[in-house]
Amino acid sequence: MRERGTPVPVPAPVKGASKELSGCRLCRIEVDNLSVKRDGQVLISDVNLHIHCGELTALIGTNGAGKTTLLRALLGQIEYKGDIRHLTGDGRPAAAVRTGYVPQQLEFDHSSPVSVQDFLAAAFSSRPVFLGISRKVREMARHALMRTHSEHLADRPLGALSGGELQRVLLALALTPQPDLLILDEPVSGMDENGLETFYQTVNELKKRNHMAILLVSHDLDVVRRYADRVALMQGTVIEQGTPERVFASKAFEQVFYSREGRE
Amino acid sequence: MNGIYAVMGTILPFSFLQYTFMKNALLAILLITPLFGMLGTMAVDNKMAFFSDALGHSALTGVALGVVLGMKDQMLPMLLFGVLWAALITFVKQHSRMSADTIISVFSSASIALGLVILSRGGAFARYSSLLVGDVLSVTAEDLPLLLGALILVFVCWTFLFNPLLLTSVNASLARSRGIRTKLTEYGFTILVALCVMVSIRWVGVMLINSLLILPAAASRNLARNAVSYLWGSVLISLVCGIAGLILSYYLNTSAGAAIVLLCALVYFISLPLRRR
Repeated sequence: MRERGTPVPVPAPVKGASKELSGCRLCRIEVDNLSVKRDGQVLISDVNLHIHCGELTALIGTNGAGKTTLLRALLGQIEYKGDIRHLTGDGRPAAAVRTGYVPQQLEFDHSSPVSVQDFLAAAFSSRPVFLGISRKVREMARHALMRTHSEHLADRPLGALSGGELQRVLLALALTPQPDLLILDEPVSGMDENGLETFYQTVNELKKRNHMAILLVSHDLDVVRRYADRVALMQGTVIEQGTPERVFASKAFEQVFYSREGRE
Repeated sequence: MNGIYAVMGTILPFSFLQYTFMKNALLAILLITPLFGMLGTMAVDNKMAFFSDALGHSALTGVALGVVLGMKDQMLPMLLFGVLWAALITFVKQHSRMSADTIISVFSSASIALGLVILSRGGAFARYSSLLVGDVLSVTAEDLPLLLGALILVFVCWTFLFNPLLLTSVNASLARSRGIRTKLTEYGFTILVALCVMVSIRWVGVMLINSLLILPAAASRNLARNAVSYLWGSVLISLVCGIAGLILSYYLNTSAGAAIVLLCALVYFISLPLRRR
């Protein structure tokens, strides 16, 4: 982990993304001494974590380790103590950080006749969807879906999609407008092997092309091993972080995952 | 008003429309049913059927409060109580981890009991029993502007609320991440439902008001493939059933509200096997 305040070298600009890398853009997010309490109970405490643009940072840990709580703090959806700083390459506060979010599970009414296009249009435009969707917004939705290779889903009802298809639609939504930080909460639940592979290849592609920071919460250690640039192991706080190799070889990792499995 | 009656008499020369009360009833239905058809879509999507039922019941309490305060026209206390009650249920729902149906049930029972205690004092409840069944044939020309106002107000609010509600119904956390104030949206929607329920409860009745909200939307979602056909399908079903139910009740000499709801139920059962997918 780099020391706070040390300038972080910006990775070589990827072709086509160079104008995205101007000085005021987000380069890293520093989480400092972050704690969250609810009803007098400490959910997470003293979390220190750096999330870098152009990298996929994975949060791992068992259920109740506080991964989702940390996400919600980053999304600004719960109160917390401590600092979350958004910084540019030269260590100054970054302006207007956009966050895209792919939620964990959708417990919506699957019989609702809302098409993928309706759903995206409701998010993209202020014109009520029941008055019809304008050509411009249709085009926007198609473009968003193309980025996750799911444009063929536009007219399908949202409730009729498979787990993998739904995740790609949600990813398309989270990517429009282009976020600086993309938060993926357990996006593989209910996905088949094939859908999972395609999904992470898409995420990987997007990471390289758009130079955004990606934070992933996952239980799938195989996915984390293959796609994460950094891993943070959580148990009430971050107990180990670094490259996947380093974290996977650590004592803390063994204690959290293997001693637990032994008990079960 | 006479102008409207004259136009209706000319373009709709039917025997059942020769009476002014039937003309008024028809106009009222043309105003009330689209309201419920629209709001019903999101009430169904957000699993609020039970909530709107509780709101209908709270009309009794609103009337009771009006009686206690010695008011002649109970519309105002009904509206105020309905809006307050809706906001209160929503507040408790948002701040409690108890399941929503338990909370709604508690509020619903409390308001019915309070209303009945007040209205049945001295055995006088029979005077208010019309509120339970409702009578659309008793709509007067003076009542229509209020219904028209409600329709316009709801339509305007609806254009702002629909997209946020749609996103919230899929995932509240996701909606919040896109800058939607989900709690405010929920308040706005419940208050709109409360307004609609209160302005039409006298004509539709406590027992049936919820059916008018839920049935057309439930039938429409069986047939629709997207949000446009869902909403307008629901409006169309409630309009057609509303008009047909009124005519039917005229010839069968029975309650119009009940006939309308019965037709809505019929459409629902027909739509059930036609479900897409």
